[in-house]
Order: sequence, then structure tokens, then C-alpha cells
Amino acid sequence: MTDPRLSRRSALKGLAGASALFGAPALLSACGDDSEKPTANTGSATDPITFGSNYSDDATKTAFAALTSAATTSTKVPITVNTVDHNTFQNNISTYLQGTPDSLATWFAGYRLQFFAAQGLLTPIDDVWEKIGGNFNDAAKSLSKGIDGKYYLVPLYNYPWVVFYNKSVFAAKGYQVPKTWDDFIALCKKMKTDGLIPIAFAEKDGWPALGTFDIINLRVNGYDYHIKLMKHEVPWTDPGVTAVFDKWRELMPYLQNGANGRTWQDAAKALENKQAGMMFQGSNQVAANYAPANLADLDFFPYPVINPTYGQDYMDAPTDGFMLPKKGKNTAAAKAVLEYIGTAAAETKFLETDHWDVGLANGLVAPTYNEIQKKSVAEIAKCKNVSQFMDRDTVPDMATAMIKAIQTFVDSPTAETVSSIQKSAEDQAKTIFTK
Amino acid sequence: MSVSRFNRRDGLVVAAMLGVPLIIDAAFIWLPALASVGLSFTKWTGVGGVQLKSCDSLPSVPGIPQPGCLNGVDNYSQAFTTYPDFWPAVQHNIIWLLVFAGFATPLGMLFAVVIDRGIRGSRIYQSVLFLPVMLSLALIGIIWELIYSPNYGLINSVIGRTADDNLIDWLGDPSLNLWALLVEASWRQAGYVMILYLAGLKAVDPALREAAQIDGATGWQTFWRVIFPAMRPINIVVMVVTVIESLRAFDLVYITSGGNPLKGLELLSVAVTQNIVGETQRIGFGSTLGVILLAISLVPITIFLYQAFRREESPK
Repeated sequence: MTDPRLSRRSALKGLAGASALFGAPALLSACGDDSEKPTANTGSATDPITFGSNYSDDATKTAFAALTSAATTSTKVPITVNTVDHNTFQNNISTYLQGTPDSLATWFAGYRLQFFAAQGLLTPIDDVWEKIGGNFNDAAKSLSKGIDGKYYLVPLYNYPWVVFYNKSVFAAKGYQVPKTWDDFIALCKKMKTDGLIPIAFAEKDGWPALGTFDIINLRVNGYDYHIKLMKHEVPWTDPGVTAVFDKWRELMPYLQNGANGRTWQDAAKALENKQAGMMFQGSNQVAANYAPANLADLDFFPYPVINPTYGQDYMDAPTDGFMLPKKGKNTAAAKAVLEYIGTAAAETKFLETDHWDVGLANGLVAPTYNEIQKKSVAEIAKCKNVSQFMDRDTVPDMATAMIKAIQTFVDSPTAETVSSIQKSAEDQAKTIFTK
Repeated sequence: MSVSRFNRRDGLVVAAMLGVPLIIDAAFIWLPALASVGLSFTKWTGVGGVQLKSCDSLPSVPGIPQPGCLNGVDNYSQAFTTYPDFWPAVQHNIIWLLVFAGFATPLGMLFAVVIDRGIRGSRIYQSVLFLPVMLSLALIGIIWELIYSPNYGLINSVIGRTADDNLIDWLGDPSLNLWALLVEASWRQAGYVMILYLAGLKAVDPALREAAQIDGATGWQTFWRVIFPAMRPINIVVMVVTVIESLRAFDLVYITSGGNPLKGLELLSVAVTQNIVGETQRIGFGSTLGVILLAISLVPITIFLYQAFRREESPK
């Protein structure tokens, strides 16, 4: 689904870009103004607002409608939701923020937020956080900040990247949840002799295998190294990266074959049909894709320990939330809505129909949580730090380059491939990060 | 009629009829094309304007983009050296062209000739073969995805290769996926060429065929020596269609890869889109790739225009 409004804007922006080149920057300054002058469109705290949403799947759309109607009841601000297809929304985000954005918009935490905040496209919401700050822990707070240390996001939920399995399969075959890498490899071997695909795996969509890189890196090299690598403070040719791929190569014989041509939904189906023993992916995908009848059989464990120094201290737990575009209207009302959304009550409302994500407010255990959600809360809370996901922690261009590199690796997991993709990744990182 | 006999009103009409298309042409073709050439020497994320200053002279924070700035020919050298998709993309565009010219187009021609001979049920064949042309390429991509899917697809299910140790990864394996996609593309292209040739064959004077037969030519000779040369205008159209369709091949790859081109499926058009459309845009670099594609496309277009105009100018 393409939103005609957005494509018209892209066309206009294209023209604006062209005219900028021909020495008409005046036209553009009207649309790229990042000066610090106070917004004229503050409005009163009960003015109607519009809400740009990428929650375009039916299930999340329903959950979001419940949230906004609860927000209207609580704040007296009438809210109109403009839903745009997920991918279209993300692809048009910079055009959208420079055009006539809604008063509020859905977005992601981490680098993906900082990137747009640093370019002056978002309004800082420190005043909102003065009121809601007590509801969140430090991890959630740092995820919601730009590189200037100001707040730009109110988080709503996150979800863990963990190893999923079917309880019935583990019980029938007498498998134990592996705690260490050696146990994990031994379990994979056993599953293979039992005729199971040890680990369901898909990479056609590009991003799923980035999760495997992230978790092995977090386990082998720890969180600080991972974040430095994402910011290119550590080169991609570093031996630490080679070590990650070496571990991955040990695992390769146990990952489902032909991953580059398989969608993650098909991989999740293999797990659900009990053709596969395990699958490493986000609960937002695996649990959301399970038929409700099979959900009770689904369980998970955090990725096994590789380096005892870091144990199971970290995981990817991507966080979604809401931002305030600088050019949006009725800021006062929008901030009132954000203050409501940053409460446990609002998150509970959203999670009434969502059975795979978990709210971020301190100590929130919504009454509608299933076993997966309860365990997710517990496991995320155990982590010393959570990363977002490679495509949220680094420049998107770099994530795209790594998608290609990892697809090459999946296709031929040899030491030669690893050294060639590390070199190629570093060459590209230099052009992406320097200057 | 000499120019002096135009009155004021004629002059206005001529000015309007020439001026309006000229303005539209300039605004929608020349301006964007020249803007792309200009942008190809810059670094720009699409946020804010482009400053006419060198990128080296502006401050920078690692990972946070600079405002738009001049980058010289860096984009071009990056495309030719560091950008891993570039040379595979050029190679795949050439393979695409060769398959279209050497397989899909002759196949369409064969269909047309066979159907034109009035075999039984020719209307049904014609409709069946033309059907893919009426479907959008996006839809074709989705249809074939169901056929090629590794665990649940038609082909692997029929030949019994859906198990983990023997499955064929049609769309993911870089040595197979381009060919898998070329089957999809040819499936459509052959129908398209068939219709063009059918129209051409219908327009050939039947007297030519009869005369050839009376002179004792075989079917093969009649086609290659008499009918085919008589269809020169259609041949040129088909040639141009083949070249252009190969250069702008995009939709199938885009649909199959869902945005990020899978390894083995890199094409220039996809590389342009991947850099320009998206959450964070490398408009400067994407424009560079666009300019390179434009330069390549100009070659066949120039040859075609040269041929076409030469034909019109020469007396009959």
C-alpha cells in the first residue's frame, strides 16, 4: 500500500532538491528550517492532534486504536490516527519529517532516533520526561535520548531476541535447555541425529540473520565492544569480528539450509510444525506468528554463554515508541498525550490485544500477559544492558552493507569469505562514517 | 506557405503548441536529469539544502551525516571500487540483455509465427501466452515466489526436494537466482514480443507470401528472405523494447528481494533505488549510479534515434 500523500511529498522534495542545486536555497529553507525559534503551533493542551502510525498490521492496529482512544479519554485531546504501511512509513521518514508531519509519530529507539534528532527534525521532550521519568528504568531512559543528551522518545514496548523451542518436543526427546555453547552444539548434534532441523533459519528478508551476528558478538565480545563496532570505533577487520564469525561457522551445519531464499515466516512454520528443534528470533515475530492453539507449547531460553566474562548479560531487545516531529502542529496537546502514553496504565491498554511484546514501564505485569510475555519481562530485567538490533544501533547504510555481507557468509561460510567480507565491510564503513 | 503569412493568432497557437510541451519536457525530463548529474557530485541525505562548499571544509561527527555538500568525483570512484554491488550489477544487466535478445525474443517470434499459421486453437494459445503481459510484474514476482519457495514451493514439492538436506534454494542461491528470475521475466517478455510480431505478420501483404510460394520457396526461405525483411519497422521496435526492458529490469528483483537485493540479483536500477529510497538516503551516491545507468542507456537510444531519423529523411 502506498500512501499518495507521501509520494506527492517525495516528488515535491525532489523538485526542491533540484532547485537547491540551481541556486534557489530560499525555497528549501522553508522546508528544512532547523533554527531554534519557538514553534508557533504550540496550541492549547486540548487541541485535536493527528498521530502518524506505522502499526499497519491488523493486530497492532487494533492495539494502537485501543491506546489512542484511552489517551483521548484521559487527556480530552481528540486524536486522528493516520496509518501508513510499515515499510512505506520508514522509507519516507525523512521526507515526512521535513514536510507536514503529524503531531506525533511512531518510531524506534536507539541510533535510529538519534540520527533524526541530530539533524534537527525532532522536538526534545525533556518536560514530558520530568513527569514520566519515574515510570522507567535507566536503560529505557538512555534509549530515549539523542546524542545531545535530551529526550526525544517515549517508549511503549520492547521484545526479546531469544532461542524458541516447543516444550513438547524437548519433553518427548528428553532435551535439556543448554546453558553453554558446548551444550548448545551437543544439543544441535543430537537433534540432527534425531532427524530434526536443529535451528530454523531464514535470511531472505535480510535482517533476521543480523540478530545472530548481534547475539554472538554480545556473547563473545560484550556490549561495549558491540556498540563501539556499531559506531565504527572498532574496525570491521578487527580480530573480535573474526571470532564472531568463527563461532558462527561452528553453528552453521546446524542451521536450516537454503536460508537466503526463505522468509522468516517459513522458518517459524518449520518450528511450529516441529520439523525444527529451535529458532533464534524476536518474540515479536515467532510468538506473533504462532497459531493461538500452539502458543502454550512455545517456550524460550536466552542464548547460551560463550565467554564466561559476559555470561548471559546482554541481548537484543528492540524498543518501539513515539516521537514529536519538530514541524508537527499542536505541540502542547501532543505532549499531554505523550505524558499519558508514558504510564503503566497506557501500556496495559495497548497490551490487551498484543501477546508478544512487553511494556517498558517499571514493574509492569499486565493482567493479559501470557507465559511468554511474563518470561520476557523477567529475562530482559536480568540483562545488564540491552542492545536494539544492528539495523537500529548503526547507520542504516552500514546495516544494509552487513546484510549483504552476511548473506554472502550464509551462502559460503568459509574463512576466506569471512576475511573478504570483513575487508569489504570496513571499506564501506570508511565511506559511510568518515567525513 | 511562407512564414510571413502567419497572422498574430497563428503565431500564438504555434508558440503555445511548441512552448507548453517544451516547458513540460524541460521541467519533467531535463531538469531532473541535470539535477541528478549535479547531485552525483555531492553528498546529501535529503535533509536541509545542498551547500556549495566542499565536504572537507565542514565539521563532522562520526555516524551523523553532514549537511549536503560537494564531494567531487568521490562518489564515482566509490561506485567503481568500494561499492560491492556495482560490478555484479553491470554483469547481471548484461546477462539479462543477452537472455532477452538470445532467448525470450526469438521464443516470442516463434510463438507468433506458429500462431499466425492458423493452427487449431490458436486463439486459446494466443490468450494463454499473452496473459502474463497483462499481469503487473509485481504480481508475477509474487506468483513465482510461490513456485520457487524452498520448503513449500511448487517445484521443490513436485520433485520432492523440500527436506533440509536436499532442498534447492532457487531464489537464495546466488548461482541460481538470477536464472530463476530470468525464467519469470522471459515468461512475460515472450508473450509481449509475440503480440508485437503477430501484429507485424498480419500487416504483411499476403501477396508477398503467395509470390514466394509460386517461385518455389520453402516455408523457411519464405519467412527469412521475404516476410522477415518486410517487417523491418516491427523488428526495430522489438529490438528497442528488448534493450530497454533489460536495462530497466527492476520490479521482479525488487519484489523477490523485498527491497534489499539478494546476493546474485544486483541490478543497476535496484542499486539506484536502494540508495535513494529509504530511511536514510544517500541521494548523492544514488544519483551517481543513476547517471552511470543513464550514460549506458543513451547508447542504444542514440542508435535507435539515428536509425529512425535517417529512415525518415531518406527518400522512398
